[in-house]
Amino acid sequence: MKLPHRRFDCLVIGAGGGGLRAALQLAQADLHVAVVTKVFPTRSHTVAAQGGMNAALGNVTPDNWHWHMYDTVKGSDYLGDQDAIEYMCRAASRQVIELEHYGVPFTRLEDGHIYQRAFGGQSQNFGGDQASRTCAAADRTGHAILHALYQQNIRAKTHFFDEYFAVDLIRNEEGAALGAVVIEIETGEVMVIEAKTTLLATGGAGRIFRTSTNAMINTGDGMAMALRAGIPLEDMEFVQFHPTGIAGKGMLISEGVRGEGGYLVNGDGERFMERYAPHAKDLASRDVVSRAIAIEVREGRGCGENKDHVLLKVDHLGPDVIKKRLPAIREMAIRFGGVDPIESPIPVYPTAHYTMGGIPTNRYGQVVAPVGHGAEEEVVGLYAAGECACVSVHGANRLGGNSLLDIVVFGRAAGNHIIAYLKENRYHRPLANESVDMAVARLSKWERRGDGESVSAMLAELQLTMEEYCGVFRSQEVLDEGVSKVLALGERLDEARLSDHSKVFNTAFMEALELENLIDVATATVVSAAARTESRGAHSRLDYPDRNDAEWMRHSLYCKTDHQLDYKPVRTKPLTVDTFPPKKRVY
Amino acid sequence: MNSLDPTALRRIKWRCRRGMLELDMMLQSFFEQRFENLDCQQQQMFTRLLDYPDQSLLEWLSGAPIDADKDVRDIVEQLRHFSSAGA
Ligand SMILES: Cc1cc2nc3c(=O)[nH]c(=O)nc-3n(C[C@H](O)[C@H](O)[C@H](O)COP(=O)(O)OP(=O)(O)OC[C@H]3O[C@@H](n4cnc5c(N)ncnc54)[C@H](O)[C@@H]3O)c2cc1C
Repeated sequence: MKLPHRRFDCLVIGAGGGGLRAALQLAQADLHVAVVTKVFPTRSHTVAAQGGMNAALGNVTPDNWHWHMYDTVKGSDYLGDQDAIEYMCRAASRQVIELEHYGVPFTRLEDGHIYQRAFGGQSQNFGGDQASRTCAAADRTGHAILHALYQQNIRAKTHFFDEYFAVDLIRNEEGAALGAVVIEIETGEVMVIEAKTTLLATGGAGRIFRTSTNAMINTGDGMAMALRAGIPLEDMEFVQFHPTGIAGKGMLISEGVRGEGGYLVNGDGERFMERYAPHAKDLASRDVVSRAIAIEVREGRGCGENKDHVLLKVDHLGPDVIKKRLPAIREMAIRFGGVDPIESPIPVYPTAHYTMGGIPTNRYGQVVAPVGHGAEEEVVGLYAAGECACVSVHGANRLGGNSLLDIVVFGRAAGNHIIAYLKENRYHRPLANESVDMAVARLSKWERRGDGESVSAMLAELQLTMEEYCGVFRSQEVLDEGVSKVLALGERLDEARLSDHSKVFNTAFMEALELENLIDVATATVVSAAARTESRGAHSRLDYPDRNDAEWMRHSLYCKTDHQLDYKPVRTKPLTVDTFPPKKRVY
Repeated sequence: MNSLDPTALRRIKWRCRRGMLELDMMLQSFFEQRFENLDCQQQQMFTRLLDYPDQSLLEWLSGAPIDADKDVRDIVEQLRHFSSAGA
């Protein structure tokens, strides 16, 4: 079958902050750039980031990039790569100014400087007083960044393929990336986009869990595309859970509520955080509070009919304070939690929030994979940036406000590297037809008819399995069971059938492709988690409660073939400053 | 009362997928449970509403004043009412 072809210098898959920042760099260098996105660009998940973006501008408290670097290394529980972290923290201030020039209306102080708010994990002077490092455009930072970058891309003549679903990467026998096979959702038409370079910027995979803060589109498509193309995924066991999601639904109830004086109680009405963090109590770091909630529920002190959540109490603040300071949270609680916090506490449980792991890259955004004896060989023509990538600046735990920074810094860096690469590599390589055929064959498997399993039922089963067997709390027995359950689900994929075989706007088909991706990413997550016999950052094991630097200060690499794991060392050497050696992480 | 063909319905369904979970839940459940019972003009309004930015939709649905024309306000009111009725 002859498929329609399009050719570009650069293909960018994903139009969130990461993809758009890279595309802009490329289009401004007069390259012919295509951006493929399954939803309209400004509906990418970046729009949900309300808190802000870190940069050591020092406008509110004294600050410098080296302190920011220290906090990020410590926050990562020493699994972050210190060269990439130095690069990011040094670049931060310039990136904020650049975004402002692109039209992001950062909130100002009275003296005209950019306002900065305090977030958890930010310190002055290497672990001293609280720093204020997060720049925000009111409570719509992600929205403002996305819209500004989109407008700039339109001006720079980036070509957008809106509502196109990327299916698989195209690689030739030598492993070079040649573009991707995509589907135009509107027509159901399969198309080949050939490109001299391909950048994956498809965002996170929070939807592998039932309860998540992530929008439905965060299905880890790019990560699964990488896996299928023979590229491993790095550190997938590290998933950040936000402690206070609305129970059973997942939306975020921000830390601000606890900052205003809200606190958590268990089924006995006890203010249990006092036991876990006598000093910081309800304002302890995300992983500590999440674990405490999970222990309470696990040990039978949960609330509600099924004792499966705890309660966030705010009614003692009084109706006036709630209405004045927490109006949006109150709306959310009424709408999704079914309670008015003025009258009753909000049912909450930890919710999957951020994927620390992803496609392994270096600090230029080049995808790196083990080849022969080397752990970090560049894949020719292939790049990744944003939440789908693992640079790794977040290591085992991401700090709030560091993700928006990550996506713009490394989106831009990838753009710059591509520009340099294309000066040396001016021609398209011949298309690898076998690679295209494989993608098409995978698609045609879904044409099978007859009785079979439903995609939505399998999705629900996967998400529940991940929540129960690979959630906040992990132990060998539970994880091993999780591995076999997720693998069994993967095998059942062949039994799944589409309810709808039409071509035009077949959303059921897109959901089926997303299910395949979710299963691949979930498998990577649970297999990597079962192998890591220590507790570090967001990966917390009941049976191995301590961090074990001697054995485990290394990155996991999961390969789809036989579900094998490989490891590579953490890059502990920064670019210009001294290494931050591992210390116990206390706040 | 449905005047739209299946393709148009699927297109609207896909566009209920947003960048924010809150909107996914509100828009998708409204679409699934109520859309078919809307009259033609209201269906058009809902479709038009989907062209607004996520941030505006979230703010409107969380009770902020709606700075748009009356038809859009009406459909937002319906959505608000629907969600507080237990979506
Ligand atoms: C509720 C919430 C609040 C947050 N708040 C903050 C914050 O305050 N500060 C902070 O730093 N971070 C925050 N984060 C994290 C941050 O928002 C994300 O990590 C970041 O926006 C990810 O950006 P991205 O560009 O990598 O991907 P995304 O913005 O997720 O974009 C992914 C893009 O890929 C496209 N795509 C995916 N799959 C396909 C496919 N198969 N085919 C075609 N296109 C595809 C999508 O259409 C989309 O355009 C928050 C996250 C959540 C969930």
